Amino acid sequence: MPKKNLFDPNPSGFIEHDANNDGIDRRGFLKCMAWAGTGALCTVQGGALKSFALGSRIDSHMRSHNMGELTFVQISDSHMGFNKPANPDVISTLKAAVDKINALPQQPEFLLHTGDISHLSKPEEFDNVDQILKSTNRELFFVPGEHDVLNDDGKSFRERYAKNSKGQGWYSFDKSGVHFVGLVNVMNLKAGGLGTLGPEQLEWLEDDVKHLKHSTPIVVFAHIPLWTVYPQWGWGTEDSAQALSYLKKKFGSVTVLNGHIHQTMQKVEGNVTFHTAFSTAFPQPAPGKADGPGPMKVPAEQLRRVLGITDVNYVQGRNALAVVDSSLV
Amino acid sequence: MSRKLFRAGLIAALPLAIAAVLILHPTGAKSEEASAPSTEVKVDNFTFGPESLTVAVNSTVTWVNKDDVPHVIASSDGLFKSKALDTDDKYSYTFAKAGTYAYYCSIHPKMVGKIIVQ
Repeated sequence: MPKKNLFDPNPSGFIEHDANNDGIDRRGFLKCMAWAGTGALCTVQGGALKSFALGSRIDSHMRSHNMGELTFVQISDSHMGFNKPANPDVISTLKAAVDKINALPQQPEFLLHTGDISHLSKPEEFDNVDQILKSTNRELFFVPGEHDVLNDDGKSFRERYAKNSKGQGWYSFDKSGVHFVGLVNVMNLKAGGLGTLGPEQLEWLEDDVKHLKHSTPIVVFAHIPLWTVYPQWGWGTEDSAQALSYLKKKFGSVTVLNGHIHQTMQKVEGNVTFHTAFSTAFPQPAPGKADGPGPMKVPAEQLRRVLGITDVNYVQGRNALAVVDSSLV
Repeated sequence: MSRKLFRAGLIAALPLAIAAVLILHPTGAKSEEASAPSTEVKVDNFTFGPESLTVAVNSTVTWVNKDDVPHVIASSDGLFKSKALDTDDKYSYTFAKAGTYAYYCSIHPKMVGKIIVQ
């Protein structure tokens, strides 16, 4: 492999077209992210997309919070308590994810967990995850998956992970000029339906972003995808279009981070980038490729290639956040 | 009657006799007849099997989770709801009134089924 110039703004060779005249080559961006699955970082700097190999000296150069830069990590679907053939040891794969986070050359400021922390909402399952994530020494933010709210309508979940939340556990916070919104779409699910946000939460969301400047980048995180990935398997949210309508017209950069489907998927729709994360527990089949969306067994030596984490980087003044998935191995 | 004929007649009559005994003294316990229709719904691979089950009034339907993920059996109109059923867990509900009862899995709501009680 020829040695790449680490300062080459386009080592992947994917950044070519600026179709929207906004300095963002979306097709190149997506290709870059696919290329980056092997462990590179795509970031937006100076209005142009650049790709860098992780572990290069460039990263210490980028590790500059003075630049109004922000890096965080998303993990999802740890399913603590699951012990079937698809992964008999979800503890060690979650620990491997934490090792990977701790080894990132650009340390994240905090972690987002997009739900299904536990498998059966048991206290000891939540305790185990808390114990393992403690070693990241990072601030942690959570939204529930349907597996986290099985017993008491999410009350114990909220007491543990969303003390200052509204309603059934939604909240927002700001970091380095980016506005983060945690949404709950796994409560009060109706027969035959998809995920749901509900009128109370939608009203709160509209109000929550009302006074933000148009230039504020928005990151929304929720468990079930906020776009329709595959309705036959419940992979979508009934009223997400309404939620997005409050955001996409007003804000230039909206990033949506979800879990639930246990595989990575990206979609760019104008100024909104949708992304779903790996699970740290077990993979699930691609839409329609199996009879149902349940745990998918892969050969043992391949398991850690289909589990992983997501690294997200934001540089102030730039539109798109760089969202990079990497598997455990 | 010749002996041969008598023996043939006996052999022919045997199954009839056995049948008669069985009809008059049915095997099995009083309320769980072996020949009665099933009142069990098997939950597997994100589906209810059968998706539509017809039972008699006062039947107790039992859902058995054979899937490798938990499911929650919930009536569509709030009449009944199980706790989270892990693999091999069961939930039963007795239907005292005739009618059609739609239900679903409250954590995987695309899974729907119905119990017809008549």
